[in-house]
Amino acid sequence: MTANKINRLTEIFTRHEKIMLEDWLREQLTALSARQDLISEPDLCRQSAEFLALFTPACRSGSLTDINSPEWKPVLDFLASVSRSRAIQGFSPSETATFVFSLKQTLLAHLRKELGQDAVALADEMWTATVLLDKLGLYTTEVFQKSREEIIKRQQMEMLELSTPVVKLWEGILAVPLIGTLDSSRTQVVMENLLQSIVDTGSRIAIVDITGVPIVDTLIAQNLLKTVAAARLMGAQCIICGIRPQIAQTMVHLGVAFGDVVTKATLADALAYAFRQIDCTVIQQAPRV
Amino acid sequence: MKPTHFEILPLQSDEDLVQVRQKLRARMVELGFTLVEQTKMVTAASELGRNALLYGGGGTARLESVEDSNRLGLRMTIEDQGAGIADIEQAMTDGYTSGSGLGLGLGGSKRLVKDFELWSEPGLGTRVTIALWK
Amino acid sequence: MEQIPILQVGEFLLVSIQVDLHDRLVLRLQDDLTAQVVKKQAKGVLIDLSTVEIVDSFIGRMLGNMAALSQMLGAHAVVVGIRPAVAITIVELGLSLNNVHTALNVDKGIALLQTLVKQSSAEVRDEAYPL
Repeated sequence: MTANKINRLTEIFTRHEKIMLEDWLREQLTALSARQDLISEPDLCRQSAEFLALFTPACRSGSLTDINSPEWKPVLDFLASVSRSRAIQGFSPSETATFVFSLKQTLLAHLRKELGQDAVALADEMWTATVLLDKLGLYTTEVFQKSREEIIKRQQMEMLELSTPVVKLWEGILAVPLIGTLDSSRTQVVMENLLQSIVDTGSRIAIVDITGVPIVDTLIAQNLLKTVAAARLMGAQCIICGIRPQIAQTMVHLGVAFGDVVTKATLADALAYAFRQIDCTVIQQAPRV
Repeated sequence: MKPTHFEILPLQSDEDLVQVRQKLRARMVELGFTLVEQTKMVTAASELGRNALLYGGGGTARLESVEDSNRLGLRMTIEDQGAGIADIEQAMTDGYTSGSGLGLGLGGSKRLVKDFELWSEPGLGTRVTIALWK
Repeated sequence: MEQIPILQVGEFLLVSIQVDLHDRLVLRLQDDLTAQVVKKQAKGVLIDLSTVEIVDSFIGRMLGNMAALSQMLGAHAVVVGIRPAVAITIVELGLSLNNVHTALNVDKGIALLQTLVKQSSAEVRDEAYPL
């Protein structure tokens, strides 16, 4: 009975592979008509042919109910790579799943043609095929989602790094221009970057410029103080600068204070202070006549 | 969440605590945690291990790798059969100590490792579980 | 018994911690160090943590104690070589180490000690000959 069942699906695929591929491609092209900007027809054709070339042998040798058996591994791997590349190309999850689901219509049409007389066998086969393709379709969605999550995670990391540069202003003087809000995960990145730069450059002074920080509440002040404390443990003094008047007012209003940390109004003031700290004198030359 | 590998280490002396820290560090390196993550977790384990030695008369440290649907983690459970903690809220407060320490052990560990669970029953002992996820 | 070596470098003492610290060892170091400061009449103490992988609240407290004790016995104390990951952890733990001088490495630590010694001898002169 089971052997019979396997044979039917496999038989159809083996016998009509070429025609099935054509039908399936047509299905996909209609479903994805709006997405021809993302994938070209030859590419789609190649992917589909490759899928069928893996799917048919898997049907022949593997179980039709358990896609986790080793026979299905090549099919799953292939689907994973398709889903991943579509996630990157900008397809939606349903468009990605359509790749597998669109095969259903083609397959059911062929089953009906083959088994049209035998209602019981037709229902049985349809059920097996539906369950199998549903599983494969859901698998593509799963991989798709995971890939998207990975992309988002990577972008978040890239943004964190982009937004927290540490620059060397002078021998022994670093600057950290902060832009945007300073939550605890950003504080971690800022601290790690700053401390590593202190080690790499042997700097004694770090100027933290908060001109680009829109508000300084208790939590942000606490995070800034943590950064200052960590730098101090490495033997570097921090100067906080770029506190705009309205921010200073809010800070006083909220009762936020930077304790005994040196603060300056502008980056220029901070740099002048830093020069004095490292015994460096800047001389304005007499204007040329 | 299911444990995939675990080992139970004794915690009866300062040297045992050093062993626990080294084993924990080695597992974290294997699992690819960052240097900062390693340092935070090992420091938290050191605080909790010291508490178990000082106030619990020693105990055990259970180190296990854990796995849930899509992430890997490392979990450490430090357990003693000592006097237990009568007022957990007070014990978690920075600066409070029943001994001669700084009173940063419990509160500090929780800040270092967000996944923190404390169970204690006066007369029965104390059990703290900390975990870090990839 | 395990012991952390204390080296003399001119008028300074150098403590380079090369082993995994545990509580008894740190307590012993505190005793040894105070004894050596007195015996060698050291002007400064340098504690090098560049190979130390963790500083928990106990070790942190002992560092503070050693600095305070040295100060009391007439020697400045500077802790050097704290690693970035260790510094971040100390801060997150809630330790301040506010009374401890710090420097990036042994070189910079010695320079800092020399400045501190110069400053305090200048202070002594000021007190001896008030204007």
